[in-house]
Parts: sequence; C-alpha cells; structure tokens
Amino acid sequence: MIDVVVLFFLFGLAAGLARSDLKLPSALYDSLSVFLLLAIGLKGGEGLAKQALAPLLPQLAAVVALGVVQTLIAFAILRSLGRLGRADAAATAAHYGSVSVATFAVGVNWLIARNIEFESQMAVFLAVMEVPAIMVGIVLVRGVGRTTDWKLLAHETFLGKGVTLLLGGMAIGWIAGPEGLAPIKSFYFELFSGVLALFLLEMGLIVSRQMGELKRNGVFLVAFGVGMPLLSAMLGLGCGMMLGLSVGGLTLLATLAASASYIAVPAAMRVAVPQANPALSLGVVLGVTFPFNILVGIALYHRLATQLVGAPP
Amino acid sequence: MTLPTEKRTLLTLITEATIEHTLLRDLERLGVRAYTVTDARGRGSRGVRDAAWRESSNIRIELICPRALAESVLTHVQANYYANYAMVAFLTDVEILRPGKF
Repeated sequence: MIDVVVLFFLFGLAAGLARSDLKLPSALYDSLSVFLLLAIGLKGGEGLAKQALAPLLPQLAAVVALGVVQTLIAFAILRSLGRLGRADAAATAAHYGSVSVATFAVGVNWLIARNIEFESQMAVFLAVMEVPAIMVGIVLVRGVGRTTDWKLLAHETFLGKGVTLLLGGMAIGWIAGPEGLAPIKSFYFELFSGVLALFLLEMGLIVSRQMGELKRNGVFLVAFGVGMPLLSAMLGLGCGMMLGLSVGGLTLLATLAASASYIAVPAAMRVAVPQANPALSLGVVLGVTFPFNILVGIALYHRLATQLVGAPP
Repeated sequence: MTLPTEKRTLLTLITEATIEHTLLRDLERLGVRAYTVTDARGRGSRGVRDAAWRESSNIRIELICPRALAESVLTHVQANYYANYAMVAFLTDVEILRPGKF
C-alpha cells in the first residue's frame, strides 16, 4: 500500500507534467521546510535526552566516513563509466554523498505509520552527513588549499539553514525533554504527516520541472540515479550493522545513505565549483533518485534490514 | 524650476540568488557603500528562472555610484562571473539629488 504522503507527491508530479497552473508560494515551501527540520530535530533531541551522549561519538565518525566513501565511489563511477568531466563528476558525487531531508522525512513517516521504532540519533546522523560530501567534492575539483575560501564555505555549510534548524531543534528537544515538549507536541509531532504531505506536493511540482532536463542527460545518468542509491543503501546497511542499529535505524541509515541532497549541496557547489553544470546534477537527483527512494527505495531498504537482523517481517 | 541634480551611474546586476553573499562581499571590497537587492524572476539563455525555489531564483542588485566605480565593478563581474553564472549587467546614466550620498 502506497503511503498517503507519497500520493501527494504523485499528485504534484502529475499536475506539473500536465502543465497545470498550480504553484505554491515559495514562502510556503520555505516555511514547510523550516517546520520539518525543526520537528525532526525536536524529535531527535527528545530521544537523546533519555540517553548518554558519549557513546554517540564513534557512531558519528562512522557515518561521516560513510558519506566520504560514498562521494569517492560516486566520483569514480561518474568519471570512469559516465565519462563526465572532473567538475561535473565531483559536483554530482557530492550530491550523492550528502543527504536529503525530504527523503529522510518520508522514511521517518513510513516507519511511524507502521509503529516501527528507530534510534533517536538518526536526526544527528542527518545533520552530520550533510557536510562531509561537500568538502570532498570541492577537494576533488580543486585540491586542498589554493583558491578555496574554506572559512566562508565552512560558515555557509555548517551554519546553513538546514543544519542550523536541525541542531537548534535538537538542542531545544534535549533541554526541554519529553515533559517540556508536551505543550508543543500536538503542533510539531501530530501535524508532521500533514505538513510533509503539503511539502511533497510542492516537491512533485519541482520534480516535474526537472523531467525536461533529464531527457537531455541520457541513459547513463538515469541508470546512475537508480544504481547509486542502491549501492549507497548497501553501504548504509553495512555501516548500520556495525553500529548495532535496530531494523528501524538500519532502514533510516540506508535511506540517508541512498538519498541525495538537492538543497545544501547544489547551493554550495554553485559557489565553490561554478564550472559544474547544476542542471545536470539536479536533473538526476530530483528527476530520478528522489522519486525512486520515496516510491520504491524505503520499503526495499526496510525489507533488506529485516532480513539482515533476522526479525520476522 | 531646475533641480540642482548631478550625474551618476546606475549599475544593475540580474543574477542567481545562490551567489548573493559572495557577490555582495565582492562589491563591498571594491568600495561600494550602498546597494538595493530585490528578488527577481524571468527568462533568458539559461532557461526560466521562476523563483519557485532557491535554485531557480534570481536577484536584482542596483547601485548608484560614480562612473569609474561602476565600470570597475562591471569589469570585475565580467571577469569573475559571466562565464559560469546566469548574469545580466548594464549601466544607465541617472540624475540624483544629494551628491554626497552617492
């Protein structure tokens, strides 16, 4: 059974492809993403308040390494099999090494709808995995040092809207704890699915605009857009097994690994690697990988996670 | 009645919203003291820039300054941004009051 929030995505996609007049105000899209980031952060922070933080540090190192490895593998594939130029390959690889909040939110919603528990630190993983791929992507194009303004770039990536809201939400959730959060719970937690549905409607419209771009990109990139998330999900599952995550945690880490950034990375790459063609990476990330993950990927990663852990499905 | 106006140059830059920060930092370094930034939409050689979300949104930067400064800014953006970014830049002669301000 397809999730109701995903139906909103398909509706937006269909409306966009039919060239309907439908357009959500861009301020609403921004507001919805602020809500989703805060809600994910709050939920993570609430859970973290109940556990010790020190054991998390090695886990964070592991997911950072996961992001770096994914970027390098994607770069190698795009360079060798795809014959992309260095700048385009590095920029696209950075998208795939990083993560997508929207995909993660759909994954969270998928698990919650099925009453499947997952670890609270997944929200921390989401915040941490956004950045390393950007750094790797830039190093792949320019080498270390020389012309890159690392200070500006670090400021833009670490203090970008996404990471700031996630960490802020987490801090608030952690300080307030479950009892402190009670007064705002109905707004942030119970409305989550409804807000996500509206957000995905807009995502459908955005994706529909990338379809034309996709036709120009050719078969290789479409295959990459499906193959790379599958490969990354395997790496994510492996990493999750090493960390001893539950089925829900494994599913989300695989989803995170499989997802590709379409907000933080494109913006950073546009500034840091201007010679790369942004339409190329965005076309495959939004046109292929995002729909693939939310339509097929998440359920598939959950099935694989269940088999790995050996629990009954 | 004739107003005591003076001639200055208006430089208009229409470009991608993603480079707003870097571009404004460059302008300040070149000596620009004041400018106006507005959100913009349009269509050009790089397709429709409809501002539906950040990746496809444009900005319009306007600044009034002496001709020499406007030309040096224009030369700078031509050298650094024209090749890789959607950008249109042009100069217009304008008449202003309060010459000390510009």
